[in-house]
Amino acid sequence: MAHSFTPPSEQALDGSAERLKRIRAGLGKRHARERRFRALGIAAIAAALGFVAILFSMILYQGLPAFTQANLEVDVHFDPAIVKVAARPVRDAQQSSAEYQRALLDWERKVTMVNWNRVLEQSIKAAAPDFEIDTKSALSIVETSERFRLRDMFVADPGLLGQTVKVKMLASANADNWLKGNIDRSLPDTQQQLSPSARMLSDRFMEDGQMRFAFAWHIFTNSDSRSAPASAGLAGAFIGSLYMMLVVIVLAVPIGVMSAVYLEEFAPKNKFTDFIEVNINNLAAVPSIVFGLLGAAVFINYFRLPLSAPLVGGLVLTLMTLPTIIIATRSALRAVPPSLRQAALGIGASKTQTVFHHVLPVTYPGILTATIIGVAQALGETAPLLLIGMNAFVAQIPGSPLEPSSALPVQIYLWQGNENRNFFEARTSAAIIVLLGLMLMLNAIAIFLRARLERRK
Amino acid sequence: MIKFFLAATVASVAVAASLGAASAQSRDTMQIAGSSTVLPFSSIVAEEFGQAFPEFKTPVVGSGGTGGGLRQFCAGVGDNTIDIANASRRMKAAEIESCNAAGVNDIREIQIGYDGIVFASNASKGEFALEPVHVFKAIAAQVAVDGKLVDNPYKSWNEIDASLPNQPISLAIPASNHGTREVFQEKVIADGAKAAGLPELSKEELEKVTTTFRQDVVIEIAGDYTETLSRLQSNADTIGVFGLSFYDQNRDTLKVATVSGVTPSLETVAAGEYPVSRPLYFYVKGEHIGTVPGINEFVEFYLSEQMAGLGGTLEAAGLIPAPAEETAAVLAAFQEGKALTVDAVK
Repeated sequence: MAHSFTPPSEQALDGSAERLKRIRAGLGKRHARERRFRALGIAAIAAALGFVAILFSMILYQGLPAFTQANLEVDVHFDPAIVKVAARPVRDAQQSSAEYQRALLDWERKVTMVNWNRVLEQSIKAAAPDFEIDTKSALSIVETSERFRLRDMFVADPGLLGQTVKVKMLASANADNWLKGNIDRSLPDTQQQLSPSARMLSDRFMEDGQMRFAFAWHIFTNSDSRSAPASAGLAGAFIGSLYMMLVVIVLAVPIGVMSAVYLEEFAPKNKFTDFIEVNINNLAAVPSIVFGLLGAAVFINYFRLPLSAPLVGGLVLTLMTLPTIIIATRSALRAVPPSLRQAALGIGASKTQTVFHHVLPVTYPGILTATIIGVAQALGETAPLLLIGMNAFVAQIPGSPLEPSSALPVQIYLWQGNENRNFFEARTSAAIIVLLGLMLMLNAIAIFLRARLERRK
Repeated sequence: MIKFFLAATVASVAVAASLGAASAQSRDTMQIAGSSTVLPFSSIVAEEFGQAFPEFKTPVVGSGGTGGGLRQFCAGVGDNTIDIANASRRMKAAEIESCNAAGVNDIREIQIGYDGIVFASNASKGEFALEPVHVFKAIAAQVAVDGKLVDNPYKSWNEIDASLPNQPISLAIPASNHGTREVFQEKVIADGAKAAGLPELSKEELEKVTTTFRQDVVIEIAGDYTETLSRLQSNADTIGVFGLSFYDQNRDTLKVATVSGVTPSLETVAAGEYPVSRPLYFYVKGEHIGTVPGINEFVEFYLSEQMAGLGGTLEAAGLIPAPAEETAAVLAAFQEGKALTVDAVK
């Protein structure tokens, strides 16, 4: 409704009262319309925030309990009757280094073969001497990997033989479920994972204070585990993701920025460059799973790169991130006023000097933001990684980008599919919290750097 | 800034060059893939193997279902192909042929133990005492009524048999990429069809009747058992097909059905009383023994008493151990280097 408002003048005095009335009536409608629009906008924001809040609070509610886990602190006696191994080999003068290594490895294997479960069982029983419990139930309270902890302690210090030390051990996933009440505690025995005596003993340890909930640092230091689910952590996946992001940054940023600079500043404008531009824009819209198929066909089947390697993952994600960086850099370059270029060219700078000394520095904040958004996107990408074998179970922290590894979002996917639902539901949410935390951190860095660069400009 | 770009360009060239170097370097980590039923067991053994043999890298275990794993396995010989395929059914003749065609001739079959397939419903629902014929009648597209084949008329379980609860029929079964599907087909549907009073049918017609399911009540699950579980949670009337070990770990939310009057458990499957059980396998690529370190040791460790044996680690995880003599024979055949041939599976 286009009301033209002209101030009442002398010659139109008689009609002015009516016109004012009409304007007033219209004004009310216009204001109402504006209020309606604002209300809709606020409702939209409220709905979006509400969904985000529900999502976040659900993830936090489910995931936060996973950051604390039950730990059992007991006296462990390295009983010489059970730990029957020869003394740790000592390197003598005529022994070569390889021979010594072999002897040491042999000794370590023998230490591994010691029945550490018996040592564990004895320590648990000694902590509650009056409690009758069978071997299987007693061992079901602590995580199976704890026997390797005892072994590692002994390998590091063979002097422990015959001694008694306090050891803090991780409770098993089933004991943790029971103590946290993840499985309804009123369910009958047949529906419980632990035997009645194991449940009673865990409760008793809890009351005595030998069993305590402590922050689960191992989520950040351990790799994934299936034989000892309670000790499963994100370190392997984190390092895998880190390698991939390094590959993405090292490859996508220089290639992306250089292509953008060339296309925007140097390339002639003709049909061919238009064609390239259209293709780059299309590439940005290609679903990520397609890049995964491409990666499997090209990098693995043709270049014969190893399966499950973060290097391949990084290459695939680079392909995915490139269009984002090219498009963002080009629009940043386009936003630079032509006067800057003309001034530089006017005082005799070459085209290259103009671009690199004057135009490009102005676009740093834009390029940086694009890079970080691209990297954050790549960090959360799962689908293409499933196709290049990165969804495998990897128990080791990868030492190089060529070693098999998982990635953070893939780890979430894997934990989501773990058969011990009661334990891994919380773990999955915990992994999501860590991934979201990383994303927020990346975004915060982007905002911080951008603000700093813009101030310097 | 130019320096940064120069450095970055150099770095990218270095990465590109390392691609070439990487492909030349041989792999020292065993790669395993395949059945999601066998995956937990293989993962556990892989982890323990890494602990017990510090000189070898911990093997990497991927999923993808039996069919997917065997396809990867049969892709050829070389560092970018897997060394071991997990399978929840025996390899088929066609698969062996495609393997041989790709140059994989030395396929060693390892049977690790047994697994039961169970029907489980939401814990809040009624008890099911199923017979194979009930399942067949519930999901086949055509069933026999008065000796004639008609479109399946049953809507709820008690229409099939009065002893079953009055609950709408809905069954989540593994899709054909899972080895479990094959066993389900063979041990439940085929057996059920025999008892369903079908009219005289030719072999092709029978095949069609036993493989065509009603799409309105059957949910085919291509993912793993957690997907089946979430179907059960979203629709409490659904009955899901699970591995015994998965059910065992989620007993608080699932209720298991008896089949032919036998409750599935470690004991009843091991004793051969529970009808729906199957052996689990993995296949080793003989060509990779010696090039990828640790394969021999891994197989020996897997079949050792502390892992796959009675009272071993895998039994605690839900695998039903094979009798010791059977395992010893499997290990002996592996060490002799006996390769699986097409004739052996016919």
